[in-house]
Amino acid sequence: MKELRLMKGNEAFAEAAIRAGADGYFGYPITPQSEVMEYLMAEKPHERTGMVVLQAESEVAAINMVYGGASCGKRVLTSSSSPGISLKQEGISYIAGAELPCVILNVVRGGPGLGTIQPSQSDYFQSTKGGGHGDYKLLVLAPSSVQEMADFAGLGFELAFKYRNPVLILSDGAIGQMMEKVELDEQKPRWTEEEIIKNTPWATTGKTKNRERNIITSLDLDSGKQELHNISLQAKYREMEKNETRYEAISCEDAEYLIVAYGTSARLSQKAVDLLRAEGYKVGLLRPITLFPFPTAIIAKLADQVKGILTVEMSAGQMIEDVRLAVGCRVKVEHFGRMGGIIPSPTEVVDATHKKIIGG
Amino acid sequence: MAKVVGDIVIDIEKCKGCSVCIPACPQDVIALSKNVNGKGYNYAESINDECTGCTNCAIVCPDGVITVYRKKVE
Amino acid sequence: MANITKEEIRKPENLVYKKTDLLTDKALSYCPGCGHGTAHRIVMEVLEEMDIQDKTIGIAPVGCSVLAYDFMNIDMQQAAHGRAPALATAVKRLHPDKFVFTYQGDGDLAAIGTAETIHACNRGENIVIIFINNGIYGMTGGQMAPTTLPGMKSSTSPYGRDVQTMGNPLRITELIAQLPGTIFVTRQAVHTPAHVRKAKKAVRKAFENQKLNKGLSFVEIVSNCNSGWKMTPLKSNEWMVDNMFPYYPLGDIKVNE
Repeated sequence: MKELRLMKGNEAFAEAAIRAGADGYFGYPITPQSEVMEYLMAEKPHERTGMVVLQAESEVAAINMVYGGASCGKRVLTSSSSPGISLKQEGISYIAGAELPCVILNVVRGGPGLGTIQPSQSDYFQSTKGGGHGDYKLLVLAPSSVQEMADFAGLGFELAFKYRNPVLILSDGAIGQMMEKVELDEQKPRWTEEEIIKNTPWATTGKTKNRERNIITSLDLDSGKQELHNISLQAKYREMEKNETRYEAISCEDAEYLIVAYGTSARLSQKAVDLLRAEGYKVGLLRPITLFPFPTAIIAKLADQVKGILTVEMSAGQMIEDVRLAVGCRVKVEHFGRMGGIIPSPTEVVDATHKKIIGG
Repeated sequence: MAKVVGDIVIDIEKCKGCSVCIPACPQDVIALSKNVNGKGYNYAESINDECTGCTNCAIVCPDGVITVYRKKVE
Repeated sequence: MANITKEEIRKPENLVYKKTDLLTDKALSYCPGCGHGTAHRIVMEVLEEMDIQDKTIGIAPVGCSVLAYDFMNIDMQQAAHGRAPALATAVKRLHPDKFVFTYQGDGDLAAIGTAETIHACNRGENIVIIFINNGIYGMTGGQMAPTTLPGMKSSTSPYGRDVQTMGNPLRITELIAQLPGTIFVTRQAVHTPAHVRKAKKAVRKAFENQKLNKGLSFVEIVSNCNSGWKMTPLKSNEWMVDNMFPYYPLGDIKVNE
C-alpha cells in the first residue's frame, strides 16, 4: 500500500531510495541538496534495511565509492549539485566506460563556477552531451515534481541495471527544496547475496572455484578491442533511444503553438499555457521526462502541426539545440529563459510566447 | 649423516634475465646463459650441482619463474 | 650426491616452491627486475595460505600496476588514478565479510590520491593498503613523483629534484601512522630473500588484522624502478639500499595490538 507524506523533493528522493532497496549512498554536502544525506543519516537506514550511508571526503571520493559499490552489483547512489557534479565527472566517465549501474542525482544550481545556490537548468549540456571524457551517454531523467523525485529513485535503479549504465536524475534547486505531497511505494527488500550473484554475474563478489575471475575496468590498451567496446556502448544507447524515451504531452492535440520545457520550467510553462488558452491561443506543452533519450520523434511530429515552438529553460538555451535538431527548419524555434538562479514567472513566458512565437 | 640435495627448474621463456636471483643464491648455482630466449633475454640457468633447495632464488624472482625441489639423502 | 639424478630430485613429493596458482600464467608486464612482480606474488601467496581467494576483492590503481588484474587471479576492480581507497571503502562497507585491499604506487597513493588515502586511513576502514614506493612515475616514463629523493633525476626533474622549487619528498607512511584509524603501518622491501620473507609476514599480518576487524593496515614496499632510474636491476637494488632506505627507513612504524 502506498503511503502519503508531505516532503521536500530531496527528502522524498532519499526516502524512495531506501524503499527501492538501495544498498548504499555516498555523498558530500552541497546546497541545495544536502537534505538528501541529512535525511538518510537521520533515518538510520542501516537499521531499517541494512543500507549503508557514508559521508565522503569529497564528491570525487563519493562517486568513486559508487564505482566500487556498483562493481559489486550493489544498488548504490550519490547526489550533489552542479559544482559537485562537475567534480564527479571523472568517476562518471569511468562508471559509464566500465558499464556499471548507479543512480546520480543533480539538484542543479546556477553557474558557472561557484555561481549561486538558487535553482537553474544550466547543466543540460553536461548531463546529456557527455560531461566527462569519452563517447558515452547517461540515461537522464528530469523530474518536475516531488512525486517524480521519489518515483525516479526506483525507476533509476531499474533502468540502471537493465542497461548497466549510470542514470542521472537532473533536478533543480526548486524541485529539491519544495514541499509537496508524495505517494511512497512500499519497502522493497534489498537483494540477497544469492540474488546479486544471479542478477549481476559480472560483479566482483569474490572469485569462486567454478567461475573465471570478474574484472571491472574501463581500460583496454588494444585499440581494436576498445573500438568494439565503444561500438557496443553506442548500440546500447540506440537501444535506450528505442525503448526508454519518456515525455508528457499537455494540450498538444489541437495545439497551434508549442512550448517545450522540462522540470521546474515545465511547471510554470503549464500555467502559461493555461493563461494563453484563456486568451484564445491554442498552445500546448511538451515536457521531456527523459532528456537522454530525447523525445525527438514526438517533437518532430508536432513540428508539422504547429506554427512555432518556444523552449523555456532556466539557462541561456541548451535543450533548444536538441529541439531544433528534431524540428529541422520547418518551424521557428525560439528560446526564453532566465539565468543566474532566477525562475521565470508564467506571465513572462506568456509575454515571450507572444513576442517570439505568436506575433513573431 | 643426512644430506639435503636440491634442484631448480627455470621457466626460461618467462625469465627476463634480471639477475636478481644470482646474488641470492648462497651456493652460486645460477648464472645467465649465453643463449637467449624467445624474447631475447639471456635467461638464468643452473650451472652446477650445488643446489640445496633453499628457495632463495625463487622467493626473490620478480617473475616467479623458478620452481624448487629438495630431497633428503640418507 | 653424484648418484642422485635430477629426475629423482624433481619429483612432486620433493617440491618446495612453485609460483602460486593465484597468479595467472600470463607473463608479467613489468620490466626485468622490477619489485612489482615480487610484491604481487607475496600478496597472492598470503591469500592462498589464508584460503581467502573466493572472499577477496582487489583494487588496482593507475600506473605500472594498472594491469594487476591480468596477473592476480581474483576478482578485481580497476580504479581511476588515486581513487582506489574510495572504491575499497565502499566495497568493504557493502561487503564486511569480504577481504578488500588496494595495490597502489607512489604517484597514485601519495600525489593524486592523497585525500582518498588519508581519509580512508583516518576513518579506519577495515582494509589493507599495499603501497609500492619506487620514487618515480614508472608507467608514464619516469617523471618526478611525490617520493622522488632530493637531487634525484627524473624526466621532469632532469637536473635533479630541487626541493626549493619542486618541494620535498613525502614520507606519507609516517604521516599515515599518525592517524588513529590505522592499526598497523610498516615499511618493507623485496630485493633480497630475507626482505621478501619479512615483507610477506607483514602482508600476512595486515590481512589477519582485517580478518579480526581491527582497522586499516598499511604496508609500504620500497622498491626499485631500474628503467626509470636508468640502471641495471642489480645496480638499482644497490642504489635503493644506499639512497632510498636512508630516507625511507625499513621497519614497523606503528603496531597496535
